[in-house]
Amino acid sequence: MSVESERPGGELLVPTPVKIVIAGGFGTGKTTMVNSVSEIPPLHTEELLTEAGVGVDDVLGLESKETTTVALDFGRITINPEVVLYLFGTPGQNRFWFMWDELAYGAIGAVILVDTRRLDSSFPSIDFFERRGIPFIIAVNCFEGAHSYEVEEVRRALDVDAAIPLVLCDARDRESAKMVLVSLIQHTMDRLDAMA
Amino acid sequence: MAGREDWWYDEAAGPLVRPYAMVRGRTRPLRPELHLVTQVRAMPSPSDPDALSVEHMEIMELCRRPLSVAEVAAYLDVPLVVVKVLLSDLIQRGDVVIRDPSRVPQVPDRNLLQAVLDGVRGI
Repeated sequence: MSVESERPGGELLVPTPVKIVIAGGFGTGKTTMVNSVSEIPPLHTEELLTEAGVGVDDVLGLESKETTTVALDFGRITINPEVVLYLFGTPGQNRFWFMWDELAYGAIGAVILVDTRRLDSSFPSIDFFERRGIPFIIAVNCFEGAHSYEVEEVRRALDVDAAIPLVLCDARDRESAKMVLVSLIQHTMDRLDAMA
Repeated sequence: MAGREDWWYDEAAGPLVRPYAMVRGRTRPLRPELHLVTQVRAMPSPSDPDALSVEHMEIMELCRRPLSVAEVAAYLDVPLVVVKVLLSDLIQRGDVVIRDPSRVPQVPDRNLLQAVLDGVRGI
């Protein structure tokens, strides 16, 4: 065990985790973006659920036969020995909203990825974070072959407040994905300052 | 880390029997503070290795460096709820530590955000 892993006095160092949610409709590039910036290949895990979709208390009971799984993909960026950032893609199906609640709990905020060919697929994500007052930004993933729009055109079409940052990006590109994360963190800090 | 073939069950045991058996039928995670990103870390050596199951020992091995609950579940390839039960056992025994929940900010404060911002810019 390395020396840096212990605090003075021998107490084990347990880092502070933070997370960012990567949301958006199906096929908007969520996993691609996680993959672009994560220091490890994106990991995959599953939560077991009863059909009712409430709580996890009874999912292991053999009597509840109707179980389903919610898949989660996520990546990791070690900020420093004391802070680690996780990036979670949202599960696609809308009936798993309660899983979104778990993802959003304590999060820095959300990046909502938008494909201009399917703007409407982003509306549920925007609604979710707006209603809960969780900071978010819009990142338009500029797919090849998609007609390019002006930022303000997209903003009008999505009907998001002028205070919400809207950036263009290429989710496959590491630098571009980094800048999206930077925009979100700055937006969250600006909101914090405004409330202070 | 031991491969999946080391686990006693097989596909025929079914998707429910498997996690059910691994946690001996317990249905409630004992530690409500175990969220997706809660960091867990194993003590250098377990207090009583003979009392631990193969699954517990795998977690002890994995968590020699701090990991999130979600990472432990992903690396062991078992559902999150199962990992939470197994981790709760280890925390109860004092073999795994988590950060004192009262010291974990529910929402990141400005200093933490600044550190994350600097960190992301630096990758």
